[in-house]
Amino acid sequence: MPQPTAPTFQEIVFRLKQYWSDRGAIIQEPFDTEVGAGTMCPETFLRVLGPKPYRTAYVQPSRRPADGRYGDNPNRLYKHMQLQVILKPTPADVIEQYMGSLEAIGIDLRKHDLKLEEDNWESPTLGAWGVGWQVMLDGLEITQFTYFQQCGGIDLELVPAEITYGLERLTAFLQGVDSVYDIEWTQGVKYRDVRYADELQYSVYNFEVADVPTLWKLFEIHEAEAQRLLGLYAAAGDEGVDAQRRFPLLAAYDHVLKCSHLFNTLDARGAISVTERVGVIGRVRTNAVAVAEAWVAQQALEVAVKEAA
Amino acid sequence: MNLLLEIGAEEIPDSMLNGALEYLGAAVGELFKQHQLGGEKIRTDATPRRLVVRAEGIAPRQQDTEERVWGPAKGAPPAAVAGFAKKQGVEPEALGLLSDGKVEKYTCVRQIKGQTALAILADALPALVLRTPFPKTMYWTGKGGVRFIRPIRWIVALLDDVVIPLEIAGISSGNESSGHRKLGAARFPVTYEDYEAALRRNYVILSAAERRERICAVTTKFRPDEALLNTLVNLTEWPTPITGSFDESYLDLPKEVLSTVMRYHQKYFSVDGADGELAPQFVAVTNTDGDPDGLIRHGNERVLRARFNDARFFWDADQKKTLEQRVADLGSVTFQAKLGSYLEKTQRMDELALHLLLYVASGGKPWGEEELKQAKVRYVFEPASIEFRTVRASHLCKADLTTELVKEFTELQGVVGGLYAHVQGEPDDVAIAIYDHYKPVSMEAPIPRSLPGQIVSLADKLDTLRGCFQVGLIPSGSKDPFALRRAAQGIVRIVVEGRLRLPVFTLLEGNRQLEEFFADRVRHYFREIRNFAYDEISAVLASGWDDLVDVEDRLEALRAVRPTADFEPLAASFKRIRNILRQANFAGLGDSLNVKLLEPGPEAELYQAFDATRAACREMTDYRSRLERIATLRPKVDTFFDRTLVNAQDPAVRQNRLTLLHTMLAEFSTIADFSEIVTNSQETK
Repeated sequence: MPQPTAPTFQEIVFRLKQYWSDRGAIIQEPFDTEVGAGTMCPETFLRVLGPKPYRTAYVQPSRRPADGRYGDNPNRLYKHMQLQVILKPTPADVIEQYMGSLEAIGIDLRKHDLKLEEDNWESPTLGAWGVGWQVMLDGLEITQFTYFQQCGGIDLELVPAEITYGLERLTAFLQGVDSVYDIEWTQGVKYRDVRYADELQYSVYNFEVADVPTLWKLFEIHEAEAQRLLGLYAAAGDEGVDAQRRFPLLAAYDHVLKCSHLFNTLDARGAISVTERVGVIGRVRTNAVAVAEAWVAQQALEVAVKEAA
Repeated sequence: MNLLLEIGAEEIPDSMLNGALEYLGAAVGELFKQHQLGGEKIRTDATPRRLVVRAEGIAPRQQDTEERVWGPAKGAPPAAVAGFAKKQGVEPEALGLLSDGKVEKYTCVRQIKGQTALAILADALPALVLRTPFPKTMYWTGKGGVRFIRPIRWIVALLDDVVIPLEIAGISSGNESSGHRKLGAARFPVTYEDYEAALRRNYVILSAAERRERICAVTTKFRPDEALLNTLVNLTEWPTPITGSFDESYLDLPKEVLSTVMRYHQKYFSVDGADGELAPQFVAVTNTDGDPDGLIRHGNERVLRARFNDARFFWDADQKKTLEQRVADLGSVTFQAKLGSYLEKTQRMDELALHLLLYVASGGKPWGEEELKQAKVRYVFEPASIEFRTVRASHLCKADLTTELVKEFTELQGVVGGLYAHVQGEPDDVAIAIYDHYKPVSMEAPIPRSLPGQIVSLADKLDTLRGCFQVGLIPSGSKDPFALRRAAQGIVRIVVEGRLRLPVFTLLEGNRQLEEFFADRVRHYFREIRNFAYDEISAVLASGWDDLVDVEDRLEALRAVRPTADFEPLAASFKRIRNILRQANFAGLGDSLNVKLLEPGPEAELYQAFDATRAACREMTDYRSRLERIATLRPKVDTFFDRTLVNAQDPAVRQNRLTLLHTMLAEFSTIADFSEIVTNSQETK
């Protein structure tokens, strides 16, 4: 039952961005390093830390090597698009606002069945967890809604709401198509035209071609660089406040994200045994948690310096 | 006066509503009692967005009370007396002089005004609400803020038509509730009397029973599923069921896969066709007032189609590798860090399955190396043998853990293995045993259908139990991450209901903690599932429980004989015998009964009756006849105790009497320790 007036993929993105922009969100562009989810971007992972209120929304292409299906499966993608919204602190009418966003893209909620079903979220790699729901629309999970409680192992000062829309699913629902590849990206252009090559080629790479020793080597290089930077930051404490204030923790975090993506690729390649898994995740987490802690301290320095001035 | 308390929250997980209500009802009742406020007909209700307590007959205020206050002793300086009077708010002249039992003191009576119900409730309710126990709470007002299951967004707190002034998590109480998120008003005033009707006008059905009726009113006959029904009742404020359908071609997929997708992933009820087979239909429950354009049905059908396509994709992909080929891959699937991989577990299970078969064949008796060797030969060379069918199933049963279908639908582990074994040409017995080997999945669910299935299931569970206890992963309190209680319970059920004669203590490898843990499960099974009386179970287990089939037989016999006239008095006599022997510090060993020392009359008659009963019992094969026969001893025992002094003057006679009693007790305690039976003269249970 395709809806004649259904918005295109990019129109949905425009409308959601506009909607959240109207509600005070900074519209960010996608982060430029591979991530498995919008949560991992610094705009979420680092911004939710500390006492500073923040609102942002951005589309994040999210890469999950193990989910690739060579472009054959109508519902599963190596790289899918999330629209990520962070509202910190959470406004009291957050769910009403969220429902408003669905109406903004043309869903008449009086004619559909919306349920919030318990679904708590946890990311062992990020030392993060929260409670919330999966939002079900006529039996389809369209959004993950999470009240963050901890990030980088740190109890959050202000509890943010994270709203993550699965853009392909949402669009397929609105356009009434059974395969994400049949989604109309913009008039006359299908999702298949834009993305099929990504799905096929990365599936081949992740499952067949990626060189395991090279990936391990890269993992170790990025891990070492993250650790080197974290060590330097700690040492910078001796050189005084300014040295720490200007220290590139953001760069350290980039290297942590690289590790996370390399881990996912190795995993898809079948190169990580179940026993090793926990250990490797632990290595990534150790650095993610260390960056989070350093970031909170660095932000506190900033506040202290401003107050002193 | 009437109380209405409504805690309005964001969607509370369905499984947590009932527990919260249980607590709130009890806590409010306790509050009324503690403050002597009366209060009756406490009712609790919930929907996903509200926890509600209502009560009637609350006293507007507590009774006033008086309290005598003691001041300084007579003869104290006037300033001290004046100070006391001032503190009590009276003139010094108004103070009396009374003895407090020792000395005379200045004193007065203080009036304590009863507090109003309004004040008490305003003061107590916030903390009471926040103490609601939830398995996982959150904070939302900022670090260190209050914790609850989900954010509280409004509070209705009314005593008759007065708002009880209180605040929880920054939300002030009022008289405004909130309706269905889409169909009702966001805010509307309510009164105690009009509350349910006002909710209904705003598309919220407060009564869970009524929501359930609305769901069950659907004309499509769906497969009953109480747990799913409860979930859906607690997931909706205005439930409306709809019937959808799917393409018949999906019926090629195993029905287990289809119903799992519907049940666990979509929360749909399956529908049976006229032939009793799965029909290409489902019932979904919406939180709406209808689906006139069929949009919701269409959406749900589309989602289900995608899910089924996924399942088909996985099914086809999995066939590229047989279970046999997958066994080796289990080497990289961890069972438990300290217990190795699933491949290692499989190897242990294969061996254990063979041992269990040997015990079953021998009736629980030990067997030797030679028997084991022969069994192995049959396993290797005789595909029709029970050994082959069982150990083959054991060998393949965990291989489905590496399949895509099980990774996607973990609740189908075992079932998928069984289905794959079938299509890959394994014998039916093997496929069925694999399919069943996680059974029983609950207390009520069936045990594996066949002997191979029962043996593989036992081998799996026993291996888990032994392994976990060996490395110290022992359940404590509510913590049981490896579901060891369920595993042990499953073993008890399979052994008893499958009537498998197995030496339990040998299988538990002499691990005391494990034996204790297991004994608890045995008691629990016979008490809760089989409804045997507590004391009957204690009596029977005290006589040994190495063979659980035998335990069941003895329990059945005991239960049958218990109501007969002679039984309980005889049990009381046995208890007396036990006490006499204990008080006499009777060792019982060495001395055999000397018939010549028996006193003619009651003692000799008792001995003769005992001797005859013993002989008769040894001829009998069933416990019930034996117990009935033993019960006939009662008059002789009674007469003996009435007329004979056990503590005879002559030590030899005395020793001989004790020996008689001991011999009798030992002889008949192999069925049950009768002294454990709670008799009429004692408290029952």
